[in-house]
Amino acid sequence: MKDGIDKNKDRKAWMSLLAKAPEGRVATMLDAAMARPEFTWLRPPEIGSTMVRGRAGGTGAPFNLGEVTVTRCALTLQSGEVGHAYLQGRRKADAEAAALVDALMQGPSSDTVRAAILEPLALECAASSTARAGKAAATKVEFFTMTRGED
Amino acid sequence: MQANTLTGGFDSPAIQSAHAFRSVMEAMARPGTVHSISGAEPPAPLSKAAGCGLLTLCDADTPVYLAGEADTAEIRKWLAFHTGAPVTGPSHCMFAIGTWDALMPLSSYPVGTPDYPDRSATLIVECPTLDQKGATLKGPGIKTNAALTLPEVDAFQSNRALFPLGLDFILTCDSEVAALPRTTEVI
Repeated sequence: MKDGIDKNKDRKAWMSLLAKAPEGRVATMLDAAMARPEFTWLRPPEIGSTMVRGRAGGTGAPFNLGEVTVTRCALTLQSGEVGHAYLQGRRKADAEAAALVDALMQGPSSDTVRAAILEPLALECAASSTARAGKAAATKVEFFTMTRGED
Repeated sequence: MQANTLTGGFDSPAIQSAHAFRSVMEAMARPGTVHSISGAEPPAPLSKAAGCGLLTLCDADTPVYLAGEADTAEIRKWLAFHTGAPVTGPSHCMFAIGTWDALMPLSSYPVGTPDYPDRSATLIVECPTLDQKGATLKGPGIKTNAALTLPEVDAFQSNRALFPLGLDFILTCDSEVAALPRTTEVI
């Protein structure tokens, strides 16, 4: 673990949020918030696969869990900000929207974008994960063991 | 992050990398011939041909050694964005790039093992000129004889003596490429 303050902490957080958003959601919110800015592709959306590694119990030796499909792209706005997006699945339109939001967040309109897209999206994601956790909790079975008094 | 290290890749990667690969393969198959190669615009001081070679041949599984002046922050970023290739020292590299003097000594590069002669380095040598005159070449892929301007002769002769081990060389100049595989005899 690296010590010190991570300069990219905020950017990591919003890129993670954009990558986890449901299909089509970021594009819808972006179009509702503003007209899409002009941009040029540094890397048009492309689909590939990447190896996901895991550790048994989170602490064991690393092993290859399996491959997952990934879409990535990079673009630059006319004002020079560079936006990247990496997300799971075959979702080129979503990757474009996520990269646009990433680029806009580094420019002057970051406050507008944060209020219109990132904050509602974070609330939606938190609500859906709470709902899912609630459903899972409802199926929890409590086991009561009778003391048999053998010892 | 500056955008200029993120530009300069292939516009249409599938087609342009296939063309570039064809040029490098033709050059390797027929030592002494010079082929044109284009499509990449790497940061200075890399030539276009060297940039095309890196984009075509390198990926996350091929460690690259940037020798001498080729080792700049801009080139590292450009290579990382377009290929994902890790940058290492000469003893663990699969590709090395730089001028002939910067790449010396040749003994520091892996030449492969008798069981796996393919585990050797390929050196991309930036040359000031690339003409079909100078040292005479003989060997597979050359019908009678061929000639190529080489920075040195002794080094290639001692490399040939290691066969089937040894290094392979890709010579680049501006947007032209030639090659000297380990099978070629330099007279």
